[in-house]
Amino acid sequence: MDLFDFTEGREGYYGEYGGTFLPEILHTTIEELKTEFRKAKDDPSFWQEFIELMQSYSGRPTPVTHLANLSKKLGGAQIYIKREDLNHTGSHKINNVMGQGLLVKRMGKTRVIAETGAGQHGYATATMAARFGFQSKIYMGAVDVARQRPNVFWMENMGSEVIAVKDGQQTLKDAINECLRDWVTNMDNTHYVLGTACGPHPFPEMVSWFQSIIGKEARAQMLERAGKLPDRVFACVGGGSNAIGLFQGFMDDNDTQLVGCEAGGFGPGKGNHAARLAYKDASVGVAQGMKTYFLQNDDGNMLHTHSVAAGLDYIGVNPVLVHLWEKSRVRFEAVTDAQVTEALKLAMRTEGVIPALESSHGFAQAILEAEQMSKDEVVLINMSGRGDKDIFTIADALGDEHWKTFIRQKAEEYGPE
Amino acid sequence: MGQSDNLKSYLSERKNSLAKRQRAAMIMTHVVCGYPSFEDNWKELEVMEEFGVDLVELQFPFSEPSADGPLFVKANQEAIKNGVRVQDCFDFMSKVTAHFSFKVVMMGYFNTIFKTGQRTFLERLKGAGGYGFIVPDLPIEEAGELHGIAKEMGLSPVVLMTPTNSDQRLAELAQTADGFVYTVARKGVTGSNTDMDSELAEFIARCKQFTDVPLAVGFGVSHAHDIEFIGQHADIAVIGTAALKAWETGKEQGLRDFFTQLLH
Repeated sequence: MDLFDFTEGREGYYGEYGGTFLPEILHTTIEELKTEFRKAKDDPSFWQEFIELMQSYSGRPTPVTHLANLSKKLGGAQIYIKREDLNHTGSHKINNVMGQGLLVKRMGKTRVIAETGAGQHGYATATMAARFGFQSKIYMGAVDVARQRPNVFWMENMGSEVIAVKDGQQTLKDAINECLRDWVTNMDNTHYVLGTACGPHPFPEMVSWFQSIIGKEARAQMLERAGKLPDRVFACVGGGSNAIGLFQGFMDDNDTQLVGCEAGGFGPGKGNHAARLAYKDASVGVAQGMKTYFLQNDDGNMLHTHSVAAGLDYIGVNPVLVHLWEKSRVRFEAVTDAQVTEALKLAMRTEGVIPALESSHGFAQAILEAEQMSKDEVVLINMSGRGDKDIFTIADALGDEHWKTFIRQKAEEYGPE
Repeated sequence: MGQSDNLKSYLSERKNSLAKRQRAAMIMTHVVCGYPSFEDNWKELEVMEEFGVDLVELQFPFSEPSADGPLFVKANQEAIKNGVRVQDCFDFMSKVTAHFSFKVVMMGYFNTIFKTGQRTFLERLKGAGGYGFIVPDLPIEEAGELHGIAKEMGLSPVVLMTPTNSDQRLAELAQTADGFVYTVARKGVTGSNTDMDSELAEFIARCKQFTDVPLAVGFGVSHAHDIEFIGQHADIAVIGTAALKAWETGKEQGLRDFFTQLLH
């Protein structure tokens, strides 16, 4: 199935979802981007250049690892994980960012801007900008800046200017709005490096394309390592880029179930979570450049969202995934904050891996299901990022007293300003 | 004033009376519904009426106002926080259109319309006495259904033309233009300053090659010479952020002082 083989007059649409909803001032810019992207996608040497860059700079291909201990402990399906955490900068975000960086070079632009939630995309963009010699500015909600200081530290030290956005809920969606405002002013020399498979066409397609590297590798690796295709594939879904990246590898394997794991936060009920499809609190709307499911009220104003994982704390969802959900190709489940913490602890204790809080949503759902499956079945989880960056949040969630003591000592050492 | 029931004939009457009114250009002002409050909005509109404003944009607050600058972003968010609902905006519009002589267009983001239902929204707009609508995040490619319903009802969809558009694109936009065209004087969001210069004059001249409908010039209009400039080259001066700033600084008196320096 080619998700991106659009019918006449429906470019950028996946069923009823997607589209290009942007102010007229960006029309020329987005058209130029579409053209340049199309040229790159049709040029095999571009993909080759991308692969080589990811090999030499980010350590690709990332391996799949068999979690033998965890599988045994649960007594069900064999669990494998795709190690996107082993990328440079610690998550799958670098795939998309380096790809867009190559595109920016082709377009001759000199400045990049990006939104970031958890900070992984901002961190990756700062890295790319430093490597390619672009000026960069990263917009991040003030709430996220507060909960993800380590990523902000790296962004700033790589030469990016980080702007704490104080509008709205001060999270990812507000950072996206701020990027759009920057872009309508500076489009002549600036490319907006959108971090997830959301926003106006061609971003969902472009980000999905760069992230498809995950699924391509994973399918071959599973055949080699597990000797068969996975029966179920799990990935967390915020905007949805790591999920669509992995799922594309198995799109035509109809016996492989694809499971998107959303942020259930405190559980169902408007304002408690960021689950657009697994719970029934979202509805179709048009915002942030696209038509998709949003957590919104009857007036079309966006609701507050909550997740322990900043990278999943978002009002909307990838329109491609919505289309696949409606066609029953992808199943959606929600995982609560409490389940996530338990899954993370289990992963650390049994296997010595530290999935990011985002990725731990995939772990939690897979653990739940694997237990009920037979021993000769196989599941694959996308470990989209590593959890080291979440040390402050995780330490809080675990109530780690040693960590608190350390922070107190450190604060004392620095003394008052 | 005549009995115009659509934007086109209304604007044509208003344009013809400019000389008599000693006005260089027609004036369109902007109010964010429910910010700071509907009571304040009413008082602002009374001052605007005093100064013979021709058109008012009533902005329906939206939680993601991505085309607006900082002052209007705050206004949108505060209004929503104050509990302003879409129905409140229509109720207010009904009162405004019944009381004042200027005409009113709705300004807002597409999700407000989409979520209400496109036909229902336009029926309510018509019922509340609105003459048209400006939706900055709805490109013409996506606007077929809304513009079709608007045509049926005699409402004007106001399109935007921008300096980054090619001639071919301006021609496409002109096909859809109705009522007036909102020409964006420069790149960026609402509320930053624009130099009213030859570049802008060239852009307006380029727009005129493609459309006969009146041209409104927006973004950063704040001085009497801006109005003179717009009068020479286009038809309607859009006063947005500067008026809200004046209100925030000095309420009725601040706004009166602002319009006095701007229009006399």
